[in-house]
Amino acid sequence: MAEVTLQNVSRHYGSTAALDGVSLTVPDGAFVVLLGPTGAGKTSCLRMVAGLDRPDQGRVLIGGQDVTEASPAARNVAMVFQQYSLYAHLTVRQNLEFSLKAPGLKLGAAEITARVSRVAEVLQISHKLNNRATQLSGGEMQRVSIGRALVRDPAIYLMDEPLSSLDAKLRADLRIELKAIQAQSGATLLYVTHDQIEAMTMATHVGILDHGRLVQFGPPREIYEAPVSLYAASRLGQPRINLLPAALFPGAPARAKTIGLRPEQIFQGEGEEGQVQRVEHLGDQTRLHLSYRGESLITVTDAHSPLRAGDSLRIRPQNPFYFDADGARII
Amino acid sequence: MSYSITEPTARVKWLAGGLVVAYALITLVPLLWIIATGFKSGADSIAYPPKVLFEPSLEGYVNLFTDRTRATPEMLEAAGPPQNWVEQVARDQGQVIAGPSRFGERFLNSVIIGFGSTALCMILGTAAAYAFSRFRVPLKDDLMFFILSTRMMPPIAVAIPIFLMFRQLGLSDTHLGMILLYTAVNLSLSVWLLKGFIDEIPVEYEEAALIDGYTRFQAFYKVVLPQAATGIASTAIFCLIFAWNEYAFAVLLTSGNAQTAPPFIPTIIGVGGKDWPAVAAGATLFLLPVMVFTILLRKHLLRGITFGALRK
Repeated sequence: MAEVTLQNVSRHYGSTAALDGVSLTVPDGAFVVLLGPTGAGKTSCLRMVAGLDRPDQGRVLIGGQDVTEASPAARNVAMVFQQYSLYAHLTVRQNLEFSLKAPGLKLGAAEITARVSRVAEVLQISHKLNNRATQLSGGEMQRVSIGRALVRDPAIYLMDEPLSSLDAKLRADLRIELKAIQAQSGATLLYVTHDQIEAMTMATHVGILDHGRLVQFGPPREIYEAPVSLYAASRLGQPRINLLPAALFPGAPARAKTIGLRPEQIFQGEGEEGQVQRVEHLGDQTRLHLSYRGESLITVTDAHSPLRAGDSLRIRPQNPFYFDADGARII
Repeated sequence: MSYSITEPTARVKWLAGGLVVAYALITLVPLLWIIATGFKSGADSIAYPPKVLFEPSLEGYVNLFTDRTRATPEMLEAAGPPQNWVEQVARDQGQVIAGPSRFGERFLNSVIIGFGSTALCMILGTAAAYAFSRFRVPLKDDLMFFILSTRMMPPIAVAIPIFLMFRQLGLSDTHLGMILLYTAVNLSLSVWLLKGFIDEIPVEYEEAALIDGYTRFQAFYKVVLPQAATGIASTAIFCLIFAWNEYAFAVLLTSGNAQTAPPFIPTIIGVGGKDWPAVAAGATLFLLPVMVFTILLRKHLLRGITFGALRK
C-alpha cells in the first residue's frame, strides 16, 4: 500500500475539461470517496491513477514515485470497473488468477491457489470457482470482479461505482464487507460513487468534484457539516438539503442569496406557520413535505408522528448555511 | 386461449417445417444427384429415363485419378491379366491405365491456396480490424469506406491489370501469387466483418488486463482474440468459400503449376468422351473440405449469429 498523489492534473477532451488542475493526496491506508454528478471527472481521476489515460498537465505520484509516464502494468494498481470487467471466456477461478499469472509477477502455483481461495472465501464465491463467468448472477459477477482486485497486493485499489449495479440488500452487505476488508488490511482505496450512503459509511475522506475541479476534500462529516459551497452542500444529505431564497426567513446576512437547510437545521414547533403537504412514513423516520410561504421544502420528523396532510406546523431555521450569489458559503 | 408472442402456434410450426423441408429438397437434391452420379457407370449416368436405383461402380473415381488409353482386344490380351482392381475397372471399359491423372495435384493446390489465403486474410484482417476498432486512426471513416469500395466492382473487372502485374512480378501461375490475390480480394470484407465483432468486445476487458499487468499485445492475445474467435471463424468460412470456389482468376492466371481444382474439373469432360461419373466424383471430393471446415466451425457460426445478444 502506498500514498497516491495527483499534482495539478489537467486533462481535456476536445474543448471540454475532464480534469482541471486537480491536486489530491490519498493518504496511505485511507478510503477516499470521490463524489460528483456524471461528467464531474470522477472516473477520469481513476483512469489517471491507473494509467489508462495520461494527463495533459500535472503529475501522478504513487508512493512518492512519479508514474505519470508509466504504463498501467508498471504502476501496480488494481481496478474494479463499473461493468464488464469479467472475462466471459474464462471460469471464475481463471478470472481471479488472471492478474496473478501476469508475466513478470512469477508467483508459485501454490501461492496463487492460496490467494484465490482466501479471497473466494471472503466474498463467498468458493462454490462457484469452476463456473464460467457468464453463469453467475449479477451480484456474483460483481463480487468476482471485486475479488479480481483483492487477490492482488497493489499500491492502491481503484473502484468505479462497483456496487451501483447491485440490488439494495447486496449493496448493503458488500458495503460492510468492503469496509471491513479495508479496515482489516489497511488497504488504500480510491472509490467513485453516486451513492451518498456509501460515501458517508465507508470513506475516511471525501473529495467533491465539480466540472473537473476538486472543490472540497476532507472527512465526510466535515463535508456534511461545513460545506464550502452550495454545490458541495447538495452532494450529501438525504433527503437533500433545502435551498431557498435567503429572504424567506429573518436574520440572513446582507450578502446571502440562498439559505440551505438540512432536515436537522429546521427546528419544528417555533417560528412561522407552514402547511404539511404530504407525509411519508419510512419506518425509521417520517418525511414531511411542507409548503412555507409559497416555497416547498422537505424535512424529517419523529417516526411515529401524528401529523397528517393539511395540518400546520411552525418552523424556524437553526444554524443554517448561507450562500452568496456565486454559491460560496458565507461564514 | 393463451397467446404467446414467442411461442408459435402448431399450424405456424407445421408451415415453417414444411418450408424448411421444401428448401432442403431444392438445395440437396442436386447435391445428392452429383454424389450418386459419381458412383454410377458411364452408361447409367446418361441413361434415360434417369436411374435412381443403380449398381454402384467406382468407375468415376478410377477415371478421375488416372489417365487411360483406349485399347483393342488384342492389346488387352497382350497386356496380361490386370494387376489390381483399379486396372480391372479400366479393362472393363476397354482401356488400359497410362498413369495417374493430375487431379490429386490440382486438389492439393486448391487446399494450399484456399487455406493459405484464408489464414493470411485472417491475420491481416484481425490486425487491421483491431486497429480500426481501438485506435484513433486519422480519417478512420474515409479509410473504412475506401476499403469497402474495393469490393464495389467485380474483381474480374481488373483482371487484365492484374494479369500484366503478375507477369511482370513473376507471380503468374505460382501459389504465392494466387494466395496474395485471393487475400487482397477477401481482405476488405474481412476487415469490415471483424471490426464489427471486435467493436462488440468492451474495451474495459483490455483495460482490466493492462491494469492486471499485461502488455497491450498480451491483452489482445489473451483477452480480445478468444472473445473474437466466433467472429474470426465466421469470417474465415466466408473467405475460404470464395477462395475455394474462385474460377475466373484461376483460369486466367494458372495453367501448369498452381492450377486449382475448379478450372481442372471441366477438363475431365474431354478425356475419353463425356465422362460424367468422373466429373461428378471430382465435384464430390471438391465439396468435402469446405463442408468439413464449416461443420467443424458450426458451433462458432451459431454463436456468431447470437453474438452480443447474450450480454447486457
